Amino acid sequence: MAVNYSAKEEADGHPSGGVGVPGGGAVGGGGAVKTRKPDNTAFKQQRLPAWQPILTAGTVLPAFFIIGLIFIPIGIGIFVTSNNIREYEIDYTGTEPSSPCNKCLNVSWDSTPPCTCTIDFTLEHSFESNVFMYYGLSNFYQNHRRYVKSRDDSQLNGDNSSLLNPSKECEPYRTNEDKPIAPCGAIANSMFNDTLELYRIDNDTRIPITLIKKGIAWWTDKNVKFRNPSGDTNNLTALFQGTTKPVNWPKPVYMLDSEPDNNGFINEDFIVWMRTAALPTFRKLYRLIERTNNLQPTLQAGKYSLDITYNYPVHSFDGRKRMILSTISWMGGKNPFLGIAYITVGSICFFLGVVLLIIHHKYGNRNTSADIPN
Amino acid sequence: MWCYKHYSWGHPIFFAFLSLQSNSIKTSKYNFFTFLPLNLFEQFQRIANAYFLFLLILQLIPQISSLSWFTTVVPLVLVLAVSGAKDAIDDFQTTENKHSQWHIVGELDEKWMNVQVGDIIKLENNNFVTADLLLLSSSEPHSLTYIETAKSCVVTLDAMKTSEVKCEAPNNKLDKFTGTLTLRGEKYALDSEKMLLRGCTIRNTEWCFGLVIYAGPDTKLMQNSGKTTFKRTSIDRLMNVLVLVIFAFLALMCLILAIGNGIWEYDKGYYFQVYLPWAEGVSSAPYSGFLMFWSYVIILNTVVPISLYVSVEIIRLGNSFYIDWDRKMYYPVNDTPAQARTTTLNEELGQIKYIFSDKTGTLTQNIMCFNKCSINGKSYGDVYDLAGQRIEINEKTEKVDFSYNQLADPKFAFYDHSLVEAVKLGDVPTHRFFRLLSLCHTVMPEEKKEGNLVYQAQSPDEGALVTAARNFGFVFRARTPETITVVEMGETKIYKLLAILDFNNVRKRMSVIVRSPEGDLTLYCKGADTILFELLHSSCDSLKEETTEHLNEFAGEGLRTLVVAYKNLDEEYFEDWIKRHHVASTALEGREDKLSELYEEIEKDLMLLGATAIEDKLQDGVPQTIETLAKASIKIWVLTGDKQETAVNIGYSCNLLNDDMADVFIIEGSTSDDVLNELRNAREKMKPDSFLDSDEVNIQFEKSSKKAKLLPDEQANGVYGLVINGHSLAYALEGNLELELVRTACMCKVVICCRVTPLQKAQVVELVKKYKKAVTLAIGDGANDVSMIKTAHIGVGISGQEGMQAVLSSDFSFAQFRYLQRLLLVHGRWSYIRMSKFLKYFFYKNFAFTLVHFWYGFFSGFSAQTVYDEWFITLYNLVYTSLPVLGMSLFDQDVDDRWSMLCPQLYVPGQQNLYFNKIVFVKCMLHGIYSSLILFFIPYGAMYNTMRSDGKAIADYQSFALMAQTSLLIVVSVQIGLDTAYWTVVNQFFIWGSLSVYFAITFTMYSDGMYLIFTASFPFVGTARNTLSQPSAWLAIFLSVTLCVLPVVGYRLKAQLKPTETDKVRRYILLKIKEAKKRPPPPSPKRRLRRTSTRRSGYAFSHQHGFGALIMSGRNMRPKSPFATTGTFSPNSDKNKHKGL
Repeated sequence: MAVNYSAKEEADGHPSGGVGVPGGGAVGGGGAVKTRKPDNTAFKQQRLPAWQPILTAGTVLPAFFIIGLIFIPIGIGIFVTSNNIREYEIDYTGTEPSSPCNKCLNVSWDSTPPCTCTIDFTLEHSFESNVFMYYGLSNFYQNHRRYVKSRDDSQLNGDNSSLLNPSKECEPYRTNEDKPIAPCGAIANSMFNDTLELYRIDNDTRIPITLIKKGIAWWTDKNVKFRNPSGDTNNLTALFQGTTKPVNWPKPVYMLDSEPDNNGFINEDFIVWMRTAALPTFRKLYRLIERTNNLQPTLQAGKYSLDITYNYPVHSFDGRKRMILSTISWMGGKNPFLGIAYITVGSICFFLGVVLLIIHHKYGNRNTSADIPN
Repeated sequence: MWCYKHYSWGHPIFFAFLSLQSNSIKTSKYNFFTFLPLNLFEQFQRIANAYFLFLLILQLIPQISSLSWFTTVVPLVLVLAVSGAKDAIDDFQTTENKHSQWHIVGELDEKWMNVQVGDIIKLENNNFVTADLLLLSSSEPHSLTYIETAKSCVVTLDAMKTSEVKCEAPNNKLDKFTGTLTLRGEKYALDSEKMLLRGCTIRNTEWCFGLVIYAGPDTKLMQNSGKTTFKRTSIDRLMNVLVLVIFAFLALMCLILAIGNGIWEYDKGYYFQVYLPWAEGVSSAPYSGFLMFWSYVIILNTVVPISLYVSVEIIRLGNSFYIDWDRKMYYPVNDTPAQARTTTLNEELGQIKYIFSDKTGTLTQNIMCFNKCSINGKSYGDVYDLAGQRIEINEKTEKVDFSYNQLADPKFAFYDHSLVEAVKLGDVPTHRFFRLLSLCHTVMPEEKKEGNLVYQAQSPDEGALVTAARNFGFVFRARTPETITVVEMGETKIYKLLAILDFNNVRKRMSVIVRSPEGDLTLYCKGADTILFELLHSSCDSLKEETTEHLNEFAGEGLRTLVVAYKNLDEEYFEDWIKRHHVASTALEGREDKLSELYEEIEKDLMLLGATAIEDKLQDGVPQTIETLAKASIKIWVLTGDKQETAVNIGYSCNLLNDDMADVFIIEGSTSDDVLNELRNAREKMKPDSFLDSDEVNIQFEKSSKKAKLLPDEQANGVYGLVINGHSLAYALEGNLELELVRTACMCKVVICCRVTPLQKAQVVELVKKYKKAVTLAIGDGANDVSMIKTAHIGVGISGQEGMQAVLSSDFSFAQFRYLQRLLLVHGRWSYIRMSKFLKYFFYKNFAFTLVHFWYGFFSGFSAQTVYDEWFITLYNLVYTSLPVLGMSLFDQDVDDRWSMLCPQLYVPGQQNLYFNKIVFVKCMLHGIYSSLILFFIPYGAMYNTMRSDGKAIADYQSFALMAQTSLLIVVSVQIGLDTAYWTVVNQFFIWGSLSVYFAITFTMYSDGMYLIFTASFPFVGTARNTLSQPSAWLAIFLSVTLCVLPVVGYRLKAQLKPTETDKVRRYILLKIKEAKKRPPPPSPKRRLRRTSTRRSGYAFSHQHGFGALIMSGRNMRPKSPFATTGTFSPNSDKNKHKGL
């Protein structure tokens, strides 16, 4: 970019060099004479010093090449990183008749005993580092406006008055049988409640894999946004006195987990669910599988089986449910998009740079000479 | 000045019209209490504000509300507050303004605004008349035409108690007034001769009394000044169209989304009811779609940003202040800065195509200078150096010292010493020459103090000549009806004035016959060269040739020339002649003809004395200004009340007309057919094929029906000028000739209309406005320019002169015509560029901002879910993006002021409206759509099915919103950076500041503390920390920004292969700076514009016929006065403009 800081010196007087004004100097000479002559400040005279960059081929073409040269390596880096991520995905909705979960396809919320099914799968490659277990839903509009609104943040933040008198936004899941619902609203009411368990099959023995259920939510959500109601007691049952469970839930919110720091509104599964997804196809973190042994991969290649307690009906609206196992990298989960995009943009830049350079060489400078007086 | 309230009569006078007007014109709209309700009411009448009120109401309906109420209320309140404040200031200022008007009038005991119809008012010398008055009496017995009225009225004021005035209803005819005065049972007819009209100035009259006939808006002047119409700029009108287009676009988008919603609810939503039941009252998909239509109207309303109008007003206000502040448009002589009186028209200044200029007082100073003369074949006036080279006259040139003459006028300047030598040496022809000048005129001297002579000349030319004679030692001291007292080289001589052979338009000369103290009988004559040369004695032939040469020279310099001659008369012949003259002058029939015959008889065989050359002093820098404006492709029309010769002469001297022109057509036909023929002939010469049926304009003319049609610009085959006379113009402005006039006149580079009335001036402007898609500017200084100033798109008043009418009705005012080029080429051009850039950017940023919602609709079940945080939506236009664009539109300069003036061709894109028009708007829209696509799909792709680097969710709505809005903000900030050509500190501060403020506000709003205090308002707690700490989020943001900006840069670079004038100039400057590390060189020194031209008789008396008779009659003389004083009521000072009506 061309740089010039131009401080314009004052050239007061009469631009076109007209005949000088007699007595012009007399005014304002005394200082005591009050004149209406405007102030001579750079601002008022529009003479503020300024940087005046000009787009020219000389400045823009290198920029194109530099962007190209930066983007392509970044893109390759991202792409490689993304490709190195191990990811395994199972659709367990059970829409295909052959699927073990096909029998559960039409479960309802309150079916007892719950429908269970088991899906066996094989990991071709071992998962070396920590593995994250996700559930994925498709065609599920967590981003629908009325759905997104349908919650009461005050209630979830432990506000006692909101607990008993939830926001109108929660309608129609605000009250049930004249009792306020806690947590109220459509989001809470539709909380994902399948239970997934993972086993490694080693010589026909099912070795359960430890799934850690804490540490899956944002710290801010767990500690700031979601809080249980406060009171004299630590007993959640008492604190939630006077409220009723969401319509779809089998048990109230204070019975989500046995551990007190993962129960009630601060249950992490609940918190993860409450962070609504941006798109109708989404994944949510379900469990962590930590690498315990430095010598062994977290999940070694081999046979596994997934036990599903199938409570969550999605078939009625063509929804899909998936279980995903994934490792992660510095830039998150597997996502080839960014890498490809960077490589593409970088290449286009480079290409455009070349084209413009050629055009510039051929036709540039030809008609740039200005038709300027003097 | 004071009003004699107590002179009001015992019982009120009966007036034929009933509504009595007080003289004040109420301009203030509000007072303290009515401000809020009135202003709010007015503001909601603006469509935009009403629309936002409607939106607010929509938002309050729960089924529809897709955004919280505050997203609309906060901006609306701010907008209302800002424009309310501006209205209040404006209102306050206009009130102030009017007050200052009254103050100018004088030290008031009684303010003019309190004057009412029926009051009798005393006026003193140099007062402005600010109501239409019936003149009752004055201090001057010879108050010229008013003398008869005065005599009868002055009788007694007591008698008037029983009097009654009847007059016609207020009208706009300046020269017509009919009424009757009934005094003591006698009826007197009243006509316009007895009226003093508002806008005039009292001159050389100690006092006079007048009866107020019309006051305030009823006055002839106000009736004549045309309706004040609210002026809007073409960008304003375009903006309104665009807003409508955007509304249509908005409706279309909402319709698409509503239909989408209907389908989605039918196809998916119906089944999804297990988790999300339909809203209460919604029973079917179409109904849901219908509601969603309105929900989307709320969300997408930001394509018509609420702050658009208020920002536009702020920008215009700011750019108006620059005009007020400009020192280069400040005129120190009368301490007058330029003033932008209307703050809503700035950018139109950058689009002017036609300038309509008044002549007197605007182009010229209305000062005549005796500049050169030729006496007995010798030319005086030029100064030569030792080598015999003529040198330029400037301030340093030594002036001739007239101190030997006690009675000399100190203001008179002459540089040629040889003339003084000749006078001192007693050169006979020279003496005779100046004696002639001191005798042959109709000037009135005024000598209140001994030696302090003031001349009252009916035309400034005469004044200049008599003053010249005075300084060279032939002082015209006093006159009586029979004598003229002249102090000749210190010796007082009394000449007997025997006859004045007065001037008229046909004769173009005047003569006096005097008898010198020695008893010689001489006729002195001065007149136009063409006329006088015919009357010379044959012995003068050789002298005539020499003089002709000099005349050519003088005319070549644009001077007004005059030839003087004398003749010694034979006693007997004269006796006979004067008898016949007496008979003729008392003849009842054919007096004029008989007198002219007699005059012609005696004015022959004259002896040539020489010639004078008078400079009609142009204002400083006028020719240069006109040259510059012409280079900027601005067409200049001069509309003047002056005579054709005067006007044409000035046309030449200020470089409007020149000899390089292929032809200058003169339209002076006195019938409709003549005018048509003349116009057609002119057009045929300029563009012969414009008469063919195949001509584009003709075809268009045939096709379109009667409604007003716009004429495209036609190119003539050369540079032409057109001069049209007032009476021809009257025909040309009639229905069927209108079009001919416009077609012909607009092909000419310069048009001069002479002897036009104020109303015709307005009609001419109106005509061009009607047929040409062009922006017009009218500039003038007098009350007769008011209508034109009001009619044109932009009216400019020359301030600091007498008379405030033009300034008061103008949009911009300054003291000198030459400031016009700075107003247009610098301020106008900048304003236009700034406004265009502003609009371009503003529409772009709102399209990019809003359309993301549209794309998101397809992925969120068309549920009117917003992409961004509601707070972001609220603050986007008001906080995050308002200041950088304001900074750009207040500070941007493509090239600085000097280069703007040096390269007038930079002005042309504005005239052609290239920087902001419908095509540019469509480009902005496409650009916005492209950006919104990027801004939605890059974050979409980047977070689809992925997660954070700690495995937790990032594909949640809040993270997505944050990524999209951060990308958007960076993109629009980079875009404003690309658009800003002139990065001042303020711009840097605004741009970087806005970005920082965005991050600061975002992190604050998403902080724990804010959430804990206002839980329901800030649900995005933690999002900023959690998302913006992710490399993938930044990679996505960086990618979106690059993708949004790259095409723009590429496009600009490609466009640079065909650089615009601006680009060229900027690069040239860059080159210069690189070369010299210096400022651009100062403009090359002014060349003196000199035309080497064919001779033109520039002689034109600007005065009227009939003055001489008055002098001779002696009625207006005060015989007893030792220093004869004189007086004249001259409407609007000395220009006699009203007389032209």
